[in-house]
This record gives sequence, C-alpha cells and structure tokens, in this order.
Amino acid sequence: MTDTTDRSDTAELESKLAEATSAPVKFYQVGSFAVGNRLVDPSRRTVQSDLERTNSLDSGHRACQGCGEALGARYALDAAMRATDGKLIAVNATGCLEVFSTPYPETSWRVPWLHSLFGNAPSVATGVAAALRVKGRSDVRVVSQAGDGGTVDIGFGSLSGMFERNDDVLFICYDNEAYMNTGVQRSGATPPAARTATTEAVGQRPGAPFGQGKNLPLLAMAHEIPYVATATVADLHDLEAKVERAMTFRGARYLHLFVPCPLGWGAASSDTIRLARLAKESGLFPVFEAEHGVVTAASKIRRQVPVEDYLRPQGRYRHLFDRENPDGPPALPEVVAQLQAIADRNIARFGLLEDVPAEVR
Amino acid sequence: MLRQIEGSRAVAETVALCRPEVVCAYPISPQTHIIEAIGVLVRTGDLSPCEFINVESEFAAMSVSIGASATGARSYTATASQGLLFMIEAVYNAAGLGLPVVMTLANRAIGAPINIWNDHSDAMAVRDSGWIQLFAETNQEAADLHIQAFRLAEELSLPVMVCMDGFILTHAIEQVDLPTQAQVDAFLPPYEPRQVLDPEDPVSIGAMVGPEAFEEVRYLAHLRQIQALESIPAIAQDFSRQFGRESGGLLHRYRCEDAETIVVALGSVLGTIKDVIDELRDEGIRIGVVGITSFRPFPGDAVREALQSADRVIVVEKAFSVGFGGVLSTDVAMSLTGLTVGVSTIVAGLGGRPITGASLRVQFEAASRGDMDQLVFLDLDHALIEQELARRSTVRRSGPTAENVLRDVGAVSSGPI
Amino acid sequence: MFQVRIHGRGGQGVVTAAEMLSVAAFLDGHRSQAFPSFGSERTGAPVVSFCRISDEEIRTREPVLAPDALIIQDSTLLHQVDLFSGLGPDAYVLVNTSRSFDDLGLGEFPKQFRHDRLLTVPATELALAHTGRPVPNAVLLGGFAAISDVVSIDAVARAIEERFRGPVAVANIAAAAEAYRIVREEEKELARAQAD
Repeated sequence: MTDTTDRSDTAELESKLAEATSAPVKFYQVGSFAVGNRLVDPSRRTVQSDLERTNSLDSGHRACQGCGEALGARYALDAAMRATDGKLIAVNATGCLEVFSTPYPETSWRVPWLHSLFGNAPSVATGVAAALRVKGRSDVRVVSQAGDGGTVDIGFGSLSGMFERNDDVLFICYDNEAYMNTGVQRSGATPPAARTATTEAVGQRPGAPFGQGKNLPLLAMAHEIPYVATATVADLHDLEAKVERAMTFRGARYLHLFVPCPLGWGAASSDTIRLARLAKESGLFPVFEAEHGVVTAASKIRRQVPVEDYLRPQGRYRHLFDRENPDGPPALPEVVAQLQAIADRNIARFGLLEDVPAEVR
Repeated sequence: MLRQIEGSRAVAETVALCRPEVVCAYPISPQTHIIEAIGVLVRTGDLSPCEFINVESEFAAMSVSIGASATGARSYTATASQGLLFMIEAVYNAAGLGLPVVMTLANRAIGAPINIWNDHSDAMAVRDSGWIQLFAETNQEAADLHIQAFRLAEELSLPVMVCMDGFILTHAIEQVDLPTQAQVDAFLPPYEPRQVLDPEDPVSIGAMVGPEAFEEVRYLAHLRQIQALESIPAIAQDFSRQFGRESGGLLHRYRCEDAETIVVALGSVLGTIKDVIDELRDEGIRIGVVGITSFRPFPGDAVREALQSADRVIVVEKAFSVGFGGVLSTDVAMSLTGLTVGVSTIVAGLGGRPITGASLRVQFEAASRGDMDQLVFLDLDHALIEQELARRSTVRRSGPTAENVLRDVGAVSSGPI
Repeated sequence: MFQVRIHGRGGQGVVTAAEMLSVAAFLDGHRSQAFPSFGSERTGAPVVSFCRISDEEIRTREPVLAPDALIIQDSTLLHQVDLFSGLGPDAYVLVNTSRSFDDLGLGEFPKQFRHDRLLTVPATELALAHTGRPVPNAVLLGGFAAISDVVSIDAVARAIEERFRGPVAVANIAAAAEAYRIVREEEKELARAQAD
C-alpha cells in the first residue's frame, strides 16, 4: 500500500468511526446486563445494570419462578431509591408481594417497609408522608404499593382519598389481573374472558364477563393528580424512567405496572417478559403517561400483533381455543374478536400506532 | 385555669396541649366538635407543627394514624360507634403492631337500629383488640385522661382509647380546670419510638407470623396489658403530684368501707349513682359504688379487693351481651371467682335513654333487700314488648321491628343530627 | 342545687341559652352544668335544655325532672308539650310572651303555683327591637336574673359577651337588661297586688 492510499483509507475509516460513535444506537430491550446496556452511555444505562444499586427487594424471597411482580417491584423500588438518593419509605398492602417478601422470621426488604392491612396502603402512606412533613423530613419520599385487588377493589376508597388530597405519595399497582395470593380469584382488574377461580371457564359464557372492570389509570387521571403512568416489566428503561419522572413531582402520583403471573395465568415461567411485551404490542395494555388528567405521551406499538398471539400462551384463555388443536383456529372466535375490538379501541383511543392520532386528550 | 366549657372543647384544647403531630379528622356524631376545635387550633397556629388531615373514612383515619405513628409522629384521632366499627380492622392492626396511637371514643350506641345517643356498645366491641380503654366519669377526667393516655401509650407502645359518654359528657358544659402548656410539657416528653421507619436504619414492620411464633407474639401483647396495670396507677399518681388533682388510675371507690351492697359502673352514670348512694346511706342502707376507670386492662385484682367484703354486687352497665346478660358483669364475676359475692346486672341507658336516680334507687333498695332480679333492663316498657311479640305471633310479615315499636310509641324518628 | 329547664323550638337558641346561663353562674362563682335534651333536633321541633347551678360539685347526669325554674321560649308549646312536668309549687316560670300570665289560657292550672313566681316578658319583641332578629334566648336570661337572684344580671351580660361578638353582644345585653327591668317591675306589681 502507498502512503496516499493509507492516509485516505485512514481518513475514511476515521470518518466512519466518528459517524458510528456519534450516531444514536438503537438496541432492543434484552435485559439488565445484556449488550444494550454495556454499550450505551453510562448516563443512559438502567439502574438494574448498576452494580452499586440498592437491591431493595433482596434475593431469598419466596416468589414463584417467573413472578412478574417480584421483578417489577425490584425494578421500581431500585429506581425510586436512586431517584431519592436512598431516602425512601415503602408501604405495602397485603398480597403476594407482602407475603413472599416477609416470610417470618425473614425479610427481603432493604428499605424501611411497613405492612398494615389489605385495603389501606394508600392511607397508611398518607400517614407516613404527613409524619415526615411534620418532622421537617420531606426529603424522604414515600412509595406505596399493592396488587390489583388492593388497588382497584378493596383499596379503592383509600386510594381515591389519597389522590383527592394530593398527598405526596407515589402509588404503584402491580397488576396481575386477579387476587393471586388467595388462589386466583377475579378482581375489578380481571380482563374479560379470563378464567379465574370465581369466573371459571365453564358454562355458556366461560371466563370473566365483558362489560365489567375498572380502568384504574383513567380513574387516576380523573382525579387530575400530577402524574399517572402505565408500564410493563418488558421495558425496563421505560419503567425506570417513569419512576424517576414520578419522583420529580410532589403530590399524588400513580404508576400502573403490568406484571404477568405465570401461576395464575397458566403460562410458562419463562414467558413473563414476553407476555408483557405482547400485551403492549397487541394494544391490550396501553403504555402511556398523563399529567393532571391529560395524556402527555404514549408508547407506540413497534410491531403490532393480533391479540391471539398474546392469548394463546396463557392457560387462563385456553377455553377460547381448541383443546384438540390448540394451535389451530379459535374455538370461540367471536370472543377473540371482542378482545381484538378492545385492543383496537385502545389503539385508537391512545394513538398507539405510528400513523394513528390519539383520540383521548 | 378554670373554664366553663363544653366537654368536647375541653378535650380538644387538652389534646392540643399534648402536641400531637398528626391528627386525622372524620366526622361522626357526637365527637365532631372535638376534631373541629382541633382543626381551628391548627389553622390559627396555636397547635404547631401539626398535620391535620381530613380523611375519607374512619378506616382511613386509623390507617393514616398507623402510618404516621410508625414514622415516629405522635398521632391522634376520634370516633364513635359506627365509625369505630368501620375502622375495626385497623384498630386491631394498630394494637398488634404496637403503635401508641391515642383516640377519643365518644361512646355511642351501635345500630341497627341507628341511634346517635350514648351507650357503651361501641367500646365493648373492641375490648379484646389489645387497646387500653380508659373511661372518664366527668369532663375534667376526660381531659386529664388524654394527657395520661399519650404518656401511657408511648411508654408501653400500645394504643390507648379514652372513652367519654357521647352527648352526656361531650356536649355538657361544665367547669374544667385546663392545664398550661408548660405543665403538660413537663409531664409528657416528646415521643421516642421503639420502632420507626427510618431510611438510615431500615426495618420491616408488619411481617406475617405463622403458627410457629404467633402465640408468642400475642403473649407479649398480653404482657404489655398486664404491665399497664402497674403503669396506669403510677402515671395517675405522677399526674396527681404534678397537676394537683386525682384523675385516672384503675378504679375509684365511693363509700365502700362497710358496704353490704356495692354498685359497679363505668363512665358518667357514676355521678348519678353517687347521689343515690348518698340518699340511701342517709337512710341507713350500707351501700357504695366502685367506678372502674381502666376497663382494659381489666383490673381484676383491684376489683376483687374492692368487692370481696360485700354481700352483693350490682353492675350497672350501658351494654349487654345479647341473649346472655352483662358484659362488664362477666368481667366482674370472673374477678370474684371462688367468693360468695352475688353479682347481678342492671342494663340501663341503652341508646341514650336517661338513667334517673329515682329508677336506680328503686333497684338498689330492692337489691339491698335481696329482692332484685339477676338481670334487669331498667325502665323497660313491657307493654311495647308485648305489643310487638303479639304482632309477630299473628302474622308472618310483621314488618321492621324498629318502625313498629316507634309507631306504637307514637314518636316519629327525625333522623340523626 | 337550683335546676332550670328551658323549653323552646329548634332554631331559637335553647341550647345556647342553657350554656350561657351556666357560664353566668360560673362567672358568679358557682358550679354549673348545662346540657341539651339530646332529642333529634331540627328547626321548629320542640327542644329542651337543662341547667343546674350549685355551690357543691354537681354529679348527677339525669335530665332535670323537678325544675326549680322553667323558661319557656316559645308560648306555642304551652298547649302541645307537657312543659310543666315535675314542677314543684314554689317553682318559677318565665314565659316569653307579650301577654300576661293570666291571659295565656292555662285556666286553673297556674293556681297550684305561687302567683308571684309566674312571670312573662316579651323577649321576642325586645330581641327584634334591639338586635333585629327574633331570637329571645339571651333576653330571657336577663328576665331570669330578675326572677330568681340565682345569677346576677352582670354575669348574664358577661356570659352574653363571651358567646357573641361585637354589636350582636351589645344589642343582646341591652335587650337582656331591659327584660331584667321589666321582670323586676312585674314582680313588684305582683307583690303589691298580693299585699292588697
């Protein structure tokens, strides 16, 4: 090689290198320690990838293999701990999280933690925040958490009161769409057609009825609290960013976190994150943010999938498909169509596809 | 300083002097004047620093108190009757967690039928919750007991409820000697928690306890109540030294020295009873009365000692165990196990029915002759009873009992205040 | 112990009347207890309140069954409610009316009491004249101070001042003072009539 060629090759290479390192790199979410994190700028790495993070929910707890709630709680609380510089108190309702995290005589919590009752986590958190305020310690922040039962049903009065007073609490609902700890019974968050122990897949209309259920994110927005967001355990960056954003506000904040439950849903324990992603990509679980009752952002569906892709891997929807031929056409196509209609409605309402503007403001 | 004020007001001002840091307010007759008055004191800055929170239910009131107390703040709320039941899960929770919440219970009847007036059925509903329950005889004692309650609660790490008769005490205007801030500060130091949520030193509070340890945890709660039997008189004695008057303690005795008949009661009815005792004593009848202040822990030894020399005991109580008899009577009878002292019960004042000295006098005289029934419902209108029973025996669809009886009485319910 | 029972209708300040009376007694250096009847209260319904005054500790909590004095704030109650229940022969009765006691249509009934202790005062009219509102409670206390000497008119005035603010207090005190004079005058008349 001549000198000239070397210099021009080098220049070209240098130019390409400069382009490569300065251009934004998009990676798929693959997990905490995967390539997506090691190659991104340290400031953009997840809390989970940080060896110095607080392990708020430490290992040794008794959650099921593949538990979405255990994953979500650790993700959320570690992010909250970083956002508050470790000055955080957690309140927990009765439920799976509380039970598997504190089997006597052990606790897996590394943060100050209080469990009172099933229906009062929001009120108890109000009390914690009030005590901190009166003692001049508003630098310490409060997170309150419950499953869907403790949020949507038995905790709803308490939650609404906390929202209405605009108490300085971030409330996180871990939504696995039923009362799991007591054996998978229907809650106000159970989706239509899903099998639970109190909406069995038998009779004329198997599974949970259509036309029921509460949309807690919308109800939270109706209270016009400073910040409402939904997220799933499939998108760690998004979840952490939302927790950290929530912590920049004072007042009542609500995070609705979609957390698949392998046992309750009859799904493979390795499918938790995949199912969360499919819920979002089908449109059944809209991922968005709102402030003071107005939607401010919605995560677009990257590659839309039909609801069937989401339903098939779950035993709680097995009755919609043919037992003899589970991969074949649905046995109850009209029900699947109704569920698809719900997904389509969400897509339209929140503008979840690139070329679809949002209806809701 | 001597003031002529409403009982609720006296309690509110005294509670404020105790420097509560978090106060939860949810309205229910007849305690509402208390929390309203405290609310004003917070707004004017007379009570500061204090977070005054208007909660959405009594369940929230106790739950917020739990969160605040666990975070190291001195917490207070007030309720009655239906409100107490609405928060009952949290009431047990506070005791089980060992949180020193202080609450005023403005005693009121529990429905159905709905009734806003005084009796003790609400306090009785939570007597096994693990809370300390102190009953005030007068508004002076009601005010004083709150000061003692905060100290007692925080020393023992147990919640304390001060019971005062709804309307009869809460809405009565009488003379009360209110202390100064300095006096209360000298008696009641700042709250030093045994357990507290602190990011510097994280703990988990409220873990599940299974069969392997539940009995032990509950026994430790039992021991705390037993310890309270020592603490209550000690604190009352210290109160007497510092404030110059007797208030609180386990029980009060009146003219029991050579009594053949001793009456036992809780709360404001003791005043009426004492007047009757004096009248009967003037006629040579050897009768006295024991007023129990600490209902929980029940001072069994002290009660036994006070009653053992009597021939008979009459328990006048504002609650009853439906289908069986008295509630307080059962505790009293239990304390007298092995002795030949007879215990009989007068159930009176249910739902706010006035207890008159004249009616009590008739019963006490009969009792001193050995002539009183084992279980008496004072001033019961037997004609009304017979009418409703006859109605039920004639037709299946006899209708709602309360409405039937009211129609027979000729009164019309105007609804709650 | 001196026991007072006050009858009126909801909205006429019957409960406040008992409270102010007890404060007046307190200011005069007595022990006093005041409380309402705890019936269901709504505007227009009959309401009863009680006040006991003594120099000993007052222990009883029962309603006033044998009043030493009756204050009737609304004369339309006279034929509807048994106001006089438990009244002893030496009791005082003060009725809010512009008529005289004999013209109240009570027939022979008042004969069992001491005539010089049955008095009336037009408290509503006085209240309207001084305060512009037909609330007779404070005014009647002025009359009561004249009747019984159980509380002084000065203490009544101070009790009114503690309960009300500014011009309302001043007006009520003036009305109470006038009621006091009227009742004192009425008493003298009755004493003169009896002497004749």
